[in-house]
Amino acid sequence: MKDIFILIEHRRGEIRNISFELLTKARELSEKTGGKVTALLLGHQTESFINEIKSSAHRIIVIEDEKLKDFNSEYYTATLFNVLTTEKPFLTLIGHTAFGIDIAPALGSKLNIPVATDCIGIEIDNNIIVTRQMYGGKLNATINFKDSSQFLVTVRQGAFPVSETNLSVEHPAMAATEITKTPSTLTEDIAAIKFLEYIEAATGGVDITKANIVIGIGRGVKEQENLKIIEDFAQAIGGVVGCSRPVADSGWLPKDRQVGSSGKTIKPKLYIAMGISGASQHISGMKGSETIIAINKDPNAPIFNEANYGIVDDLFKVIPALKKKIEELK
Amino acid sequence: MDSIVCIKRVPQTTDLELKIDSSGKDIQKDRLTFDINESDSYAIEEAIRLKEKLGGTVTLVSIGEIGNDDIIRMGLAKGADSAIRIEYTGELDGFATAQLLKNTIKDLKFDIIFTGCMAQDDGYSMVGQTLAELLGIPYASLVVKLDVENNLATINRELEGSLIEKSEIKLPALFTIQTGINEPRYASLMAIRKAAGKEIKITDAKSTELVKNTTITKLFTPPPSKQAEILPGTTDEKAVKLTGILKEKGVI
Repeated sequence: MKDIFILIEHRRGEIRNISFELLTKARELSEKTGGKVTALLLGHQTESFINEIKSSAHRIIVIEDEKLKDFNSEYYTATLFNVLTTEKPFLTLIGHTAFGIDIAPALGSKLNIPVATDCIGIEIDNNIIVTRQMYGGKLNATINFKDSSQFLVTVRQGAFPVSETNLSVEHPAMAATEITKTPSTLTEDIAAIKFLEYIEAATGGVDITKANIVIGIGRGVKEQENLKIIEDFAQAIGGVVGCSRPVADSGWLPKDRQVGSSGKTIKPKLYIAMGISGASQHISGMKGSETIIAINKDPNAPIFNEANYGIVDDLFKVIPALKKKIEELK
Repeated sequence: MDSIVCIKRVPQTTDLELKIDSSGKDIQKDRLTFDINESDSYAIEEAIRLKEKLGGTVTLVSIGEIGNDDIIRMGLAKGADSAIRIEYTGELDGFATAQLLKNTIKDLKFDIIFTGCMAQDDGYSMVGQTLAELLGIPYASLVVKLDVENNLATINRELEGSLIEKSEIKLPALFTIQTGINEPRYASLMAIRKAAGKEIKITDAKSTELVKNTTITKLFTPPPSKQAEILPGTTDEKAVKLTGILKEKGVI
C-alpha cells in the first residue's frame, strides 16, 4: 500500500502552516493511491497539537521527548530514521523550510532513499514524479526518481494551499484517527549540536508591515546611490521602501526592510516591485498585497507572474515619468 | 583552523530569457556567462575571515571542467591557500554531487567544511547536509553568523519570519552559508595575477561509479499563476496608464 507520512513542523508551541499544507497534499494523494496518511509528531507536550491535526490524518505517530521540543537536527534525524526504517512508508513529505532543509537531505542519505527538494508538484504513478523550479523560478523541471520502495520529498511553502474545504470536511476514514504513542529512542549526549535560543531580529524605525504602500527594490536598482531616487519616489507616493534579499545582503537597506519568507510578510494596499526578478522566497512575503505592480526590464522575470500590472522598461526612466504624473494629480 | 570550501560555477541568468536545448532537459548555455554561485562566495569569505582570526588554511574544492578554474583562481586570489578540482563532465543531482565531494574530502584534514546554502541554478539546498551525513559529521544549514572558539562553533541559523535559531556545534562540522553573512572582499589585481600561477590539483572522477537518485526529464516554462497586464506604449504612456489605474483603485 502506498502510505504517505508527513512530518509535523512546529516552533515555539505552535504548529506551522506548512504542516497543514502537507496534510492537504497527502490527503489528496492518498485518495488516488488508497494508501493511508500518517502524521509524524515529534516534540514535547504535544497534546494540543494532536487535537489540531486529528481529523486530517488516518494515523498519528507521537514521539514525546524533551530533547525534541526545540529543533536539533541530530535528535530529529535519529528519531525519524528509526521510525521510517520500521514503518517504511512509500512517501514521506517534509516542508522545504529552514527546518526541513536542515534535516531532509541528510535523513534521506542515512535511509539510503532518494530525496527531491523544494517540490511544487507531486504525482504518484508506479513511481513518483515531481515538479520543481530551477534558475530562480524561470523554468520548471519534471524530475523522475530512480527505482526505490521509499521516497522523501520536501515541499515548497505555499505550493499546496490549505483551502476551506479540503481540511475542514471530515474524511470518514480520518474521523477515527489511530494514535500511536511510540517511546523515544534518544539517549543522552548523542548530539554534537546544542540548541541555545531563538532570537527575534531587531526592528528599526520603519515598519514595512504597517504601511499602505510599499516600494520593493531589488538587484535592478544597481547601485546604492540610486536609493535616493527610490526614497524620493516613495515619499511622493506616500509609501515606504522595502527590498528583496540581495539589497539587504549588500547592506543598502537594513535587514528589517527585507520582504520574503526569511524576512517580513507584508499585505499593503499597493506593492510596487522595482527591479525585482521574483524569487519564490520574495513572492511568499508579498503575494498577499492587494495590488501588485512590477517594473522590470526583463519581460521574462517571474515577478510578472505574480503582478496585476507590469511595466517592461528601464526603472530609472519610469520613476521620473511616474513621479511627474502622480504629482500632477495631487 | 583548517577549512574546506566547496564552490560551484553557475550560469548567470538574471535578466535573460532562457532557451531550452534540443534534449529538452537542459538550457542552452553557449551564450551565457558563468560565475561563482552567490552563497559560495560568502562561504569563501567566511573561511578566509576565520583563517585571518585563528590561523590555519583554506582549501577550495570544485567539481567540473577546466572552465571552473576561473572561480577557483578568484578564490585563491582572495586568500585561499590551495584548490582541488574534481574533473567531471555531465549532469549531477544533489546526492551524486555530495558523493563526489565526499570521495575527495574524506582524505583531507579539516575542522570546518563550508558550502553555500543553495545553488542559484538548480536550487536544491541539499548538497552540504548530504555531504555532512556521508562524512559522518554534524552540520547546520542556512548559517548567518559563526563564531569559533576552542573547537566549538556558535552559529545563528536563519529561520522564517526574521527569526534566528542560535546553537552550538562541536567541530569538525559542516556549515551551509546563507548570503548576507559577511561582505565578500574583492581580490587585488596583484593577488589575481599571483593566483594565476598557483597550482590547482586535479582529481579525475570520470570513472567514479555514482548513484543518481533523481533525473531531470523535462524543462518547461512555468504556467503563470497570475499573468500581469503589461502596460503598452512609451515610458510616458505607461506612466499615464499606471497613474490612472492607481487613482481608480484609490491608492493615490
